[in-house]
Order: sequence, then structure tokens, then C-alpha cells
Amino acid sequence: MSVTQQNILEQFDDRSLWQRLIWRDWLWALLVLSGSGYVYAHYVEFMDIYEIGILGGTTLGLISVGWAWRPAQALSLIVTLLSLGSIALYGDSLAAADSNFFLKYLISSQSAIMWMSALYVLATATYFLALFMRSEFTAKVASALTWSATTMGLVGLMVRWRESYLISPDVGHIPVSNLYEVFILFSIITALLYLFYEGRYRTRALGGFVLLVISAAVGFLLWYTFGREAQHIAPLVPALQSYWMKIHVPANFIGYGAFSVAAMVGFAYLFRHHQEQRPGGAVNSRLPELELLDDVMYKSIALGFAFFTLATILGALWAAEAWGGYWSWDPKETWALIVWLNYAAWLHMRLTKGWRGTPMAWWAVIGLFVTIFAFLGVNMFLSGLHSYGEL
Amino acid sequence: MSTVSNSQSRAVSRSSVLLEFLGSMNLAITLLVTVAVASIIGTVLKQNEAYQNYIVKFGPFWFETFKSLGLFDVYSAGWFLVILTFLVISTSVCIYRNAPQMLRDMRSYRLNVQEQSLRAFHASHSWTLALPGAEIERHITAVMRSNGYRMRRKDHGDHQVIAAMNGTFNRLGYIFTHTAIVTICIGGLLDGNLPLKLKEMSGQIKIESRDLPASQVPRESWLSVQNPSFRGSVTVPEGSSANIVFLQLRDGYLVQPLPFTIELKDFRIEHYESGMPKSFESDLVIREPDQEPVTATIAVNHPLIYKGYAIYQSSFNDGGTHLNLSAWGLGRAKVEQEDFKSSVFEKLRVDTAQGPMTLELNDFRLFNINPADEGSGKRFRNFGPNFTFKLRNAAGEAREFENYMLPVEFDGRGYFLSGMRDSVAEPFFYLHIPADPKGSLSRFMRFNALLQDTDRVAQIAQETTRQTFAEAQLEKPELLKEVAATMQRLVTLFAHGGFDAVAEQVEKSVPEAKRREVLDAYIKVLRNILTALYFDVLTTEGVDVSAGVTEADSQFYDDSINALTVLTKYGSPFFLELKTFEHVQASGLQIARAPGKLVVYSGFALLIAGIFVMFYIQHRRLWFWVREGAAGTELLFAGTGNREQRDFRLEFDRLIRALDQQLRSG
Ligand code: HEM
Repeated sequence: MSVTQQNILEQFDDRSLWQRLIWRDWLWALLVLSGSGYVYAHYVEFMDIYEIGILGGTTLGLISVGWAWRPAQALSLIVTLLSLGSIALYGDSLAAADSNFFLKYLISSQSAIMWMSALYVLATATYFLALFMRSEFTAKVASALTWSATTMGLVGLMVRWRESYLISPDVGHIPVSNLYEVFILFSIITALLYLFYEGRYRTRALGGFVLLVISAAVGFLLWYTFGREAQHIAPLVPALQSYWMKIHVPANFIGYGAFSVAAMVGFAYLFRHHQEQRPGGAVNSRLPELELLDDVMYKSIALGFAFFTLATILGALWAAEAWGGYWSWDPKETWALIVWLNYAAWLHMRLTKGWRGTPMAWWAVIGLFVTIFAFLGVNMFLSGLHSYGEL
Repeated sequence: MSTVSNSQSRAVSRSSVLLEFLGSMNLAITLLVTVAVASIIGTVLKQNEAYQNYIVKFGPFWFETFKSLGLFDVYSAGWFLVILTFLVISTSVCIYRNAPQMLRDMRSYRLNVQEQSLRAFHASHSWTLALPGAEIERHITAVMRSNGYRMRRKDHGDHQVIAAMNGTFNRLGYIFTHTAIVTICIGGLLDGNLPLKLKEMSGQIKIESRDLPASQVPRESWLSVQNPSFRGSVTVPEGSSANIVFLQLRDGYLVQPLPFTIELKDFRIEHYESGMPKSFESDLVIREPDQEPVTATIAVNHPLIYKGYAIYQSSFNDGGTHLNLSAWGLGRAKVEQEDFKSSVFEKLRVDTAQGPMTLELNDFRLFNINPADEGSGKRFRNFGPNFTFKLRNAAGEAREFENYMLPVEFDGRGYFLSGMRDSVAEPFFYLHIPADPKGSLSRFMRFNALLQDTDRVAQIAQETTRQTFAEAQLEKPELLKEVAATMQRLVTLFAHGGFDAVAEQVEKSVPEAKRREVLDAYIKVLRNILTALYFDVLTTEGVDVSAGVTEADSQFYDDSINALTVLTKYGSPFFLELKTFEHVQASGLQIARAPGKLVVYSGFALLIAGIFVMFYIQHRRLWFWVREGAAGTELLFAGTGNREQRDFRLEFDRLIRALDQQLRSG
């Protein structure tokens, strides 16, 4: 839990990245390469140059993420195996989903996503329980739950991708095309970012806070499923049939995810700061010290800002191709700009004015509401060119 | 003399104060936030709608206020552009003031640091070693190299200083991001409609708000072919061509001529099973005087770039489909059918029993996919082609109709569907006319006409009465006439108001107590007559009714009765049947010219590069201060990172360990 422990671990590791790689990492690289090699060999005739580029990028991305963060290797492997298993069970008929036990209750996209939802909510509760009981073991359980939820979520998306092609080849598309699908993506990415920081900072104390957002997303997802029947796979409108979607949307959600993490850490910051007002509050607070919280908050806002910028630019490039102009002041676009400006201002305050502490924490929390509006509110209240996810 | 220099220095200080202000972080942040807030307005308030809508929504006062504030077109409103300009200036000034320093920073190793200032650093550590200075420096160099630091050394005589740095690129990050902001804004300005605004203010151009054919749009609403940047749209029907586009601006439009003509050879659209458009594309031929025509196919997400003009597939609609129609007169004693040709978007003047009217043909749709009914096994069904039209009376009131070409099947029986409504807000209310065995309207139309045929009705009325009273020897024959007359009146009532009208009549004329009984009697009689009329219709078709009618024919009768009842509310003096059609589609093209695009894109590249560099490369400085003395060699180690102090301290501690090992091992 303490930072010094981490120092020790890092101090003796003064080798450069290349030196730090172990045989496992090279094996990992090999696996990923052969995987995408296989995909290339079998599907190249269905891919245009950009999609080949995306495949290449994804390969490099996976390898480097796996190197920078080893747990990602295991996760990807398990997800791959489960997804392939599910796809094999499906064969070439969707009907299998009702007959086959494993599909029906475990790894058809619907079931997987239901498992994800349940596990995330459970994990949230467990994290808080661990916090109150000061039990490291319970905290470990919570992490395990989060990992499993994330696994199921990823499997759900992968299988859904396949299912869309089983419905009919012309319906098939990557599952990031409507609100239902991106909410799953959002939960997964937010969880992954959190898990990364959890390992990096050796503290599980923030889990409950971050997973609150995910639980909220899950809540929306469930309402959207049972209240609105939104889980059905719908074909793409022409505007969305573009390789841009494959990069624009995920980039965006790394941004949203990171901002959410930042906001919830900011919330934890305020909480701890409030405790410290009381005598002895600092001592018996279960949360990491303020400096660490402040650091995580900055890191994830920086990460979010970087990817959000990337996403917005990709969006502009796509718009230039689909709508005939890289910028149309369409509400969604404009709100992306607003979110971006807001965090730009935040970063300036921190970096050039050296602001720290509660005001920045508050600002990060408020930032989340701005972000949520950009991501959800716009679809609900404002009309525009963006053709997905009218509520 | 002194006064001069004095005033100079004042001038200098004044301008530097101005720069100070423009480049100040506070202004920057204020501007960032202001732009954000200003942008919100344009997303909450729907931009560039027809002014009429705003007046309706806000009333004249607020409409004027908002209009004068440019709230209906925020993003090209003067004040908004001013804020942006300030942002650009402020950012530029900021770069101007910070960049040189940062560039110098990248190069200078600060080899002249003082011992005490090093000791004052947060991150500092010192050793006293039994090694000679040269030896120590060797170790330092080794460790620093293996950690990717660059070094400079300076001999100060009594002591040596080694200064090390890495991540100097971080500085470029700042320069990149901020130059990017400026670049993007400038590029955007080039492509924005600021030039148009200026032209408009100086009265060179005037926005046209009337709905005119291009040929009649006055000159002052035309832009020059040379216009370097615009974004407009035009609809081209199959087989025709266009050499202009319309720029939508606030409540109207401007006409932008093109140096070439675009011909739409063919338009193709594919649908998903659900009827949702799957893809649509246009085959274009681009012609320019004395040049080879260029042919290309564009689709959504696949535009054509022609000489800096980008041509996009943006939408589609009907291009004036040719319709062969047939108007069945309603409410006449004999079947009248008039065939005529027309096409979508045409307006025809028609003289009807209800006076002169205009028939406005609005749209044609080839498919009408609806959810299939339960148990049919299929998920969707196609109702086939339909067309919509408005019928406008002299007073200007219009009723909208939607007629299907082919009979649509409901539980095994076919019906000609015709929807009607008085305003676009309402849903269509459908008339179901049963299709006769030949799948045509004739039988129903004959039935309907016969209903209006007073002579025949009278005749049947008398026959029926005679049969009813045949055995009862009536001493008053005029009573017969009276009953027959009543029957006739019933039929007329029905023909004009359906069974409801009959019921109302009873309400009015019969005392409470006896109503039920009388109404039943009336309906019974009415049905007899209607049946008799229907038999007439069948007989004229050559059907033998002496042995009763088939199930199907009696079904048809019931359906007809329902249809006849609805028909009384149909509100059109004729029924329009679509016989055949020749489908003409139109492609909605968007054409843009954006010279600033490249500028903006290079700005994008800078921004991405800059931000990642800024966040993920840290600029770190380390100093080694070495002095040999009697007590051994003194080594002072200190450093700073420009960001993320926490990470820097981790790195610093790590380096101390590494150095320790080296120095001891050596
Ligand atoms: C549209 C306006 C602007 C945007 C989008 C913008 C963006 C940024 C970004 C993303 C950073 C990086 C923060 C980080 O390194 O974590 C930054 C840093 C900075 N910005 Fe701006 N900036 C803008 C305007 C300005 C202006 C007008 C100034 C002038 C005062 C300014 C001064 C700075 C400074 C001094 C830094 C810190 C650089 C460093 O410490 O390495 N920025 N800006």
C-alpha cells in the first residue's frame, strides 16, 4: 500500500525497457504477431488499406501494452480463448445460443455482458467492504471480481462482433456503433485504466470510488436493455460504415474512461481532505495520502486529454470524409471541444499556475459532469448529425 | 535628451505591459473557458433554422434580441470570432514570450551552478568518498549513460561540475501544442464563412430567402466562381446535371456557381431487410469546357476530390418520378374514371364538385417495409410503392393523402390503402378499399356509385316494401310510398354519413323510449337495401346470385360497408389510383472547397505530437558537483524535473542507489 515499498521495487530496476523484457514478453510478442498474421492471411481480401493499417496498429498496441503492463497479457489470452470458444460453439448459426448450455448461460454476448454487469456491481460493493474492514484479502477478492468482470465484458464484445456477422454478413460490424455497445466499452476501459493504476500505485483503496462510475454505467446498461430492448444488434447506417469508427470511438472512450477515473480519484481526494480536517483523521484514514491521489488524478487527466485530443482529431478527419467538412459545429463536436477546453484549462492551472489540491479535485469532479453531458446528454437533449444512439 | 529616453522607456514598458497581459496565463485560461461557454449556446439553440421557426418559438421581442446578438448563428457571430482571435493572439504572444527561453533551456546545461543552490534543491544527496575525482567522474558518466542522460563537464579549477539532462524534447512539446492551436485556428478561419460575412456587411452580397429557381435568383445573391472556400449542397435528379450549389446561410441561401457541371448518370440505393438504407451511391460525370469528362462513383464516406473541390454523397430523395394516375370520381351516380400523367413535385389545378383545387404531388416511395404480423415467420413485409399528395382547396387548406399502388394483404384479403390527415402533426388515418377478384377497384367503385343512384335506390326501396307488405293487404297504398321514401332517405343518410348519420337522425326524430327499436328496424332495412344494391353489382359482373353468394363475396360486402362508412369522411372528391410509374431518383450532393484544410491538418499533427511529448517526456536536469579535499572527495548530487515531482523523486532515489553501487563496487 505504501509508496516507499514501490520505490524499493523500482530502485533496483534501473535497466532500460529493452533490458527489462523477459522471455515471457518475447513469447507474448510472438503470440500477438502470429495471431494477427493469421487474421491477415485469412481476411486480407476483405480489408482495405486502412483496415490493414488498423490491424498493424492494434498488433503493436497490444504488444506494447502487454510489455508495459504484464497482467494485460494474461487478460488478452483468456479473453481470446473464451471468445474463440464461444465462436466455435456458435458454428454458423445464431440458434446455438438457445440450445448450447455454455452459450446460453455464459459466453453468448448477452450472457457475458450480464455477467460483466453483475460482477462489476459486486466488485464495487466488495471494494468498499474491504475499505471498511481494512481487509487486504477482501480487497484482493474485489480486484479479482473486477478482472473477471472485465474479462466477461471483453468476451461479450468480441462475441457480439461475431454474432453481428452471423445475423448476416452485411449487418456485421465492430460493436462500437451505438450507445448500448459504447457503454460496455466505457465500463471495460474505465476498469482497465483503474486496474492499471491499482497495480502501479499498489493501492486497492480507490477501487470502490472508481467502480461507482462503472456501476452507474451498468445501471444505465440494464435499464437500456430491459427498458428499451436496446441490446439487439442493428445494421449500420451508411455514415457509420467506415474504418474511422474503429479508431475514433475507442480513442474517445479511453478519454472518457480516464476522465471518469480522474473525477472519482478527485472525489476520494476531497473525502480524505475532509477527514484530515478532523484530528487524527490523516492517521486513521483508509485512503492513500493526498499527494498520491493528486498524482493519479493528474496522470489520468493527462492520459484522457491526450487520447481525447486524438479522438477529436480523428473525428474531424472522419467528418471531413462523411459530412464534407472537418468541422460543422454539430452539437456532439462542439461538446467535445467544450470538454477539451475544460481540461486544457485544468492542465494549465496545474502546470503553469502550479494549482494543486481541493480546487483541482473539485474541478476534476465537475469535469466528469461536463464529460457525461458530451457523451450522453447531447444524444438525449440535442439533435445533430451524429447518427448513433438517439435516446 | 533625458525626456526622449524617458518617453522611449515609457513606450517600451507600455508595449511590454500589453504583451504581458496578452500572453498572461490568466487571459489564456479565461479565454479557454469563455470559448467553451460561448460554444454551449450554439448547441442548445438550434442554429441556422428558418427565422419563422424562431419567431414562433420565442416571440418577436426575444427573436429580435437573439438575432441582434447573432445567437442563431453563434459560430460566425462577430463577437465569437473576436474571442477566437484573442485566443490566437494570446497563444501566439505566449509562444513568442516562452519559446526562446525554452529553446535556450534545451541547449544550456547550466554548468555554472553554485554549490549552495544545489544544496537547496529538494532532490539532493552528497557523498564523501576515498576515490580520486577522475575515478568518480568515470563512474558517474557510466551510470548516467546507461540511464540515457546527455552530459557536459566544466572544470572550475577548485571543483568540477558535470551537468546531465534528458527529455529535453518536452520543451518542444509546449511549442508544438501551442503553435498547433494557432495553426488550426488560422486554417479554420480560412475555411470559415468570415469572408462572406464581410462581403455581406459591405453590401456586396445579399442572402436570398425566397424559394426561387436558380435562374431567377437576383445577381447580388450569386458568389463568384473564384470563391476560394465554401460548402454547399445541391440535389441532382438522375439524368440531369448541375453547375451550381446552394450555401445555406441563416434564414436563406446564396448561389455558388461551379467551374464545371456535374451530371448524375445513375443513382443506386441498397436496403437492409428492414428497409433501412444500407448504402447509396451516385455515378457522376464531370464536364468542363474543352476538357475530357471525368467519370466517378461516390458514396457515403467515399467522396470525390476534383481539382480541390470535394464532392460528397450526402443524401437522396425523389427526383420527380413520372406517375400514371387514374382518378375515380366519388359521390357520383355512375363510375367515372379519368386517367392522366403527372410527376412528383408537380402541382395540378383540378375542378371538382367541391370547387377548384390544387393537387400537389409530393413524394413517391418504392418500398414501404413494415414489421410483419405475428406468426407470418418473416420479420418484415413490403407494402410496395406508394405516393403522397396534398389536395388544397381555394381557401388554401390542404389535406394530405398517402396512396398505395398495390392491394396490401390482411388476413388473406387484399385492400387498397389510402391514408389521410389534415396536418403533418397527425398520424395517417387509413381507408381500406377491398380489392375485387380481379385485384382492381372496379367492383367497389360500382357499388359506391350505385349507392348514389337515386332512381335505382328508389326502385329497390319500393320492391322491398312491396315484399314486406305483400301478404298484409294494406288499404292505404300511399303508406307504401311513405315507407319507401323513408328507406330512400336512410340510404342517402348512409351514403353521406354512414350508420352514425342514421343513428343521429333517430336521436333527433324519435322519442327516447322507442329509439332502440326504431334504430334496429332502420339498420335492418338499410342492410337489406345495401345487400340488394350489392347483388346488382355482382349481377352486372355476371355473377349468379340466385343461389346466394360465396364466402369471399360476402366478405367483400362487409369490407365495402366499412370502407363506405370511412369514405364519408375521406374529404376528397376523387380517389387517386397509381397505375404505373417510372422511378426517377435524385442524389443530394455536398460540394466543398477548403483551402485551409491542409493548414488545419498540419496543426492536428503538431497538436498530437506536442501533447504526447509534453505529457510523456519529462525534462530532467541533474548536476554533479565534485571537489577533491583533504577529507576525501566530496560529491554533491542534485536535480530537478520540470513536471511530476513525484516521479522525479522516484527516479532520483533510483539513481542514488545506482550510483552508490557503482561507487562502492569501483
Ligand atoms: C487554446 C489555447 C491553449 C491550449 C489548448 C493550450 C494547451 C496546453 C497544453 C495541452 C499544455 C500541456 C499541459 C501539460 O504539459 O501537461 C499546455 C501547457 C502550457 N501552456 Fe498552454 N495552451 C493554450 C494556450 C496557452 C496560452 C495562451 C499560454 C500563454 C500564457 C499557454 C501557456 C502554457 C504553458 C506555459 C504551459 C506549460 C508548458 C510546460 O510547463 O512545459 N498556453 N498548454
